[in-house]
Amino acid sequence: MSDPSENRAGAISPKPSTSRFRGISDRALAWTFVAPTIVILLAINIFPLIWTIYLSFTNYRVNRPNRDVDFIGLRNYERILSDSDIWITMQATAHFLIWTIVLQVLIGFTLAYLINKKFKGNDLWTTIIVLPMMLSPAVVGNFWTFLYQPQIGLFNYVVGFLTGADPSSFSMIGEVALAPWAIVIVDTWMWTPFVMLICLAGLRSIPDSIYEAAECDRASKWRQFWTITIPMVLPFLMLAVLFRGIENFKMFDLVVQLTGGGPGSTTELTSINLKREAFEKWRTGYASAYAIILFVTVFGLASIYVKALNKVKER
Amino acid sequence: MKSKFLNSVATAGLVSGVAVFGSTSAQAEDLTLCWAAWDPANALVELSKDFEEQSGHNMSFEFVPWPNFADRMLNELNSGGKLCDLMIGDSQWIGGSAESGHYIKLNDFFEKEGITMDDFIPATVTGYSEWPKGSPNYWALPAFGDVVGWTYRKDWFERPELMAEFKEKYGRDLAVPNTLEELKDIAEFFQDREIDGKKVYGASIYTERGSEGITMGVTNALYNYGFQYGDPDSPYDLEGFVNSEGAIKGLEFYKELYDCCTPPGSSDWYMSENIDAYKSGQVAMQMNFAFIWPGVEVDPNVGGGKSGYFPNPAGPGGHFAQLGGQGISVVAYSDKQDAALEYIKWFAQPEVQQKWWKAGGYSALSAVVEDPGFASSQPYAQTFLDSMAIVKDFWAEPAYASLLLAMQSRVHNYVVAGQGTAKEALDGLVEDWNEVFEDEGKK
Repeated sequence: MSDPSENRAGAISPKPSTSRFRGISDRALAWTFVAPTIVILLAINIFPLIWTIYLSFTNYRVNRPNRDVDFIGLRNYERILSDSDIWITMQATAHFLIWTIVLQVLIGFTLAYLINKKFKGNDLWTTIIVLPMMLSPAVVGNFWTFLYQPQIGLFNYVVGFLTGADPSSFSMIGEVALAPWAIVIVDTWMWTPFVMLICLAGLRSIPDSIYEAAECDRASKWRQFWTITIPMVLPFLMLAVLFRGIENFKMFDLVVQLTGGGPGSTTELTSINLKREAFEKWRTGYASAYAIILFVTVFGLASIYVKALNKVKER
Repeated sequence: MKSKFLNSVATAGLVSGVAVFGSTSAQAEDLTLCWAAWDPANALVELSKDFEEQSGHNMSFEFVPWPNFADRMLNELNSGGKLCDLMIGDSQWIGGSAESGHYIKLNDFFEKEGITMDDFIPATVTGYSEWPKGSPNYWALPAFGDVVGWTYRKDWFERPELMAEFKEKYGRDLAVPNTLEELKDIAEFFQDREIDGKKVYGASIYTERGSEGITMGVTNALYNYGFQYGDPDSPYDLEGFVNSEGAIKGLEFYKELYDCCTPPGSSDWYMSENIDAYKSGQVAMQMNFAFIWPGVEVDPNVGGGKSGYFPNPAGPGGHFAQLGGQGISVVAYSDKQDAALEYIKWFAQPEVQQKWWKAGGYSALSAVVEDPGFASSQPYAQTFLDSMAIVKDFWAEPAYASLLLAMQSRVHNYVVAGQGTAKEALDGLVEDWNEVFEDEGKK
């Protein structure tokens, strides 16, 4: 006699797919479901990438459809890598990238550490702090240009008030020495809350029992911070650095709105320079080579970084 | 005189409307005209209501702010988009748009409709319609004449105490400058001065980095100190013309003017920022295209006789001003080319052109600007005429964008960022331009 519960289970368990789709094997059915995704992926990711690689070896210009397209080998790559202007934009990007990450990690972690403490109004402060990252970069860029105005800008006024300098005696976005810092300040203002949120998630994931055990062992707060907090938050911090690094490597809108790449080419980041080559000068082949170089750089650096991140997580 | 001028415009407009559209029975179309978002565009919307009424076609407009205008519209043209049936494109686009087949050639249409380019101001025909330059191949009808000129605070210039102080300091009257050096003196005189309890500055000039701003400004100094785009006998030979001794001095002059006499923070200013600075009473003079003058005249702060206008002053190497303005073209990808041509036919009429001027648009039709009542019809009309007589334009080559961006970068790096010398900037520009022309197979 069979167990009645077994019969009930048999009655409610799904029938094999073959019985529902007669004549179609499980493998074919799986492919049927996956195929549209693969086709879309090929069409909008893989094909453009291959096409871009092809174009990078030509002198193609999209605004000159009537002109012959010549295969010019590695000429575009040679020109880019030997162009001193490109290296200047790379330096500007590196300056922006390094300083924004350093400042955002330091300030973001500090804020997260403070917010993680239980105090009255904790939620309100968290909401206020994360507001900047909810704004559109174009809006942020626009209103910071007003804040940086030498004659009417609040930023200049505050600096003048604190230092005694004439507010109209300096222009944050008009002077070579200050403009790179002007964009770092705005990006830090906008994106520190993002780093803070990730760090906060890390801090809140640490079980209280670990700190309680440390207390029992009479570990000082300082020691707890360096031996418990930092190691356990580190994977989260590294993830935040990865996200901000990738985002800031392709930074465009905020900086265009703030400085337009100026004064001169002081804040012309690689993405701005690439956009000018591709969609203002219409040097499609050259810009394709430029894009491939940037892609390989970011992909390479990100891969190394992710390996390091995984090692930290495994510890 | 003014009312007579108005009456004749109104009558002529009515008669021409009947004459042009009396026999038109074509199907009504929805036409889209693309242009920059600025005051003249609003005037054109009003003017076009007559066309809608007379033709039965419906007009829509796509206006894009100047800093994004080229990006947006050239993308549209390069992708063969059908958004625009009519395009009032910038003068420098004419070469690329003609060679890439974005615009339809208008010669046959002009011939059929009896429209002749001899009726338009010659500089505007060369600047806005012809490609190759100097050949009778027309791709646009001159639509809006424009040129860089200067606006100044006449009321400040006429203050007795300032006049006396200026005369004592410079040994001449505080008046419209005849030379660029005189202009700099005046700008220096006003810089950091307190007027009516407010600190003011000498002049606002073009310094914008992103699109074309600083190039449209610096050329007004370069041309007048001896800069030439190339050897007149061999146009793509640049060495010694683009970076001549005169050109270097012209670039140095522009930097000196920027350093000595502009408002703080004006490192990325173009048309709208200059207008704002002037209308808010920050500057004594502003460099800007003539299109702004109707707006200045009616402004409550600086209009009504408080402002005056003068053409770009001469320099030691000549007397020129940067040409602005655009022609109107029919987009080759439009499905409504007949209706679009109908619009151009309507727009080319002398009566409509006179209305256009009255509405705030600068007509390029000789009959309008040579009308005896024209020069006195507006306080800035004579300055417009004088300025249009000395115009010079930037490259209109198909590769103009590469040429423009190279100049933007080199000039901004020197003038605003203060990097290198004027000679290094112009030598670098020759290098960049040579590379572009080599890529184009023109060298």
